[in-house]
Amino acid sequence: MPQPLPPLDDLVACHQCDTLHVAQDLPENARAYCQRCGAVMMTAQSASIMRILSLAMTAFVMLIAAISFPFLSLDANGLHNTTSVIDAVLAFNDGYAFPLAVAVAFFIIIIPLVRLGALIYALGPLARDQRPHAGAKHAFGLAERLRPWSMAEIFIVGVTVALIKVAGLAAVTVGPAFWAFAGVVIVTVLKDQMICRYSIWEALDHQPD
Amino acid sequence: MGSTGPSAGLITAREAGLVTCQRCGQVHVINTAYCKRCDGPLRSRDTQSLQKVWAFLLAGMIAYIPANIYPMLLTNTLVEHTESTIVGGVVDLIHHGSFGIALIVFVASVMIPIGKFVAIIYLALSVQNRSSDNQHERHKAYEVVEFIGRWSMIDVFVVAILSALVQLNTVATINPGIAALSFALSVIFTMLSAQSFDSRLIWDADRTYNDGH
Repeated sequence: MPQPLPPLDDLVACHQCDTLHVAQDLPENARAYCQRCGAVMMTAQSASIMRILSLAMTAFVMLIAAISFPFLSLDANGLHNTTSVIDAVLAFNDGYAFPLAVAVAFFIIIIPLVRLGALIYALGPLARDQRPHAGAKHAFGLAERLRPWSMAEIFIVGVTVALIKVAGLAAVTVGPAFWAFAGVVIVTVLKDQMICRYSIWEALDHQPD
Repeated sequence: MGSTGPSAGLITAREAGLVTCQRCGQVHVINTAYCKRCDGPLRSRDTQSLQKVWAFLLAGMIAYIPANIYPMLLTNTLVEHTESTIVGGVVDLIHHGSFGIALIVFVASVMIPIGKFVAIIYLALSVQNRSSDNQHERHKAYEVVEFIGRWSMIDVFVVAILSALVQLNTVATINPGIAALSFALSVIFTMLSAQSFDSRLIWDADRTYNDGH
């Protein structure tokens, strides 16, 4: 290359197209995009780690509620059936569909819980200006890698479709777990919007003593 | 729009003899094995990307066939036993007048999976042919495929909820059919296929790297 490169730590490359950029401090609430492919490279939000952490904790508590309480109940001709999220998972529990029960359990319960837990573990000490826990980088890496496999919001849309299908057949009432689950979806979307991978990795790396 | 700074003539990390960490964006001298910031493994390009893309894609397309032939839902009521496939379910919804929901299910279970197959085949072929046309459009297509693929799972969750909810002894029961399993597999394989695609390859076509990698 003709001109000498700036120090490596000042450079950042786009994870989607590998174009090199010089990292700069962004003004508040600004986003930096890759100049070639347009991918978002970083977002600047002050106190965002604290906000992400509190949203993650909120979502974690609500997800526990969503699993524990009755989700939906059905009434038809004097017959009554109440179902929880766990029941929805166990619907596939007979014979050949068992692997599906495992997959659905992972998509809507286990992976969301693991992601939130890992995020709380990784960011907890940072929010209090302490040294990160051992393995915090692995935890954050795991939370990011699992992101596409956490399908709570898709499950909620599926529930809506199912409700409309059943509506003609019987009376369906939604339980507290349904609202908790819907809350989890909203909070998780907000939280994922806020995560700037670049600055969180930087924060995890520059540990305060 | 924020800027990440003036970058003279836009060069890639690889052209500058550097390798980028895809997890955190940190740049290293090429041939570094692990990122010093996040400990992630470093690879300038995933040379096996296309092999994995084709393998997972093929598996996804194969699983999509039984998903459409066999029933997704088995419904038992006092008077009848019905089995409905993916397309059959959409037709039922139209008969009930729920056009909006029919559209959601049709888009999620038919249009998105088939659209994804076509888009991934197109992306993989264009990278194989080292095409340098429409890079921006292809990159957009890749982003859309990555973002939208998971939404095909809607139908699997619909089946899960219906089978859990409608268990009224002899009056009416709904149970999952075998197609639910193959459909879920098809979605999972296609997601893996899209994730294996190294989007940096789209942008490499107009660059010449002669370091043998």
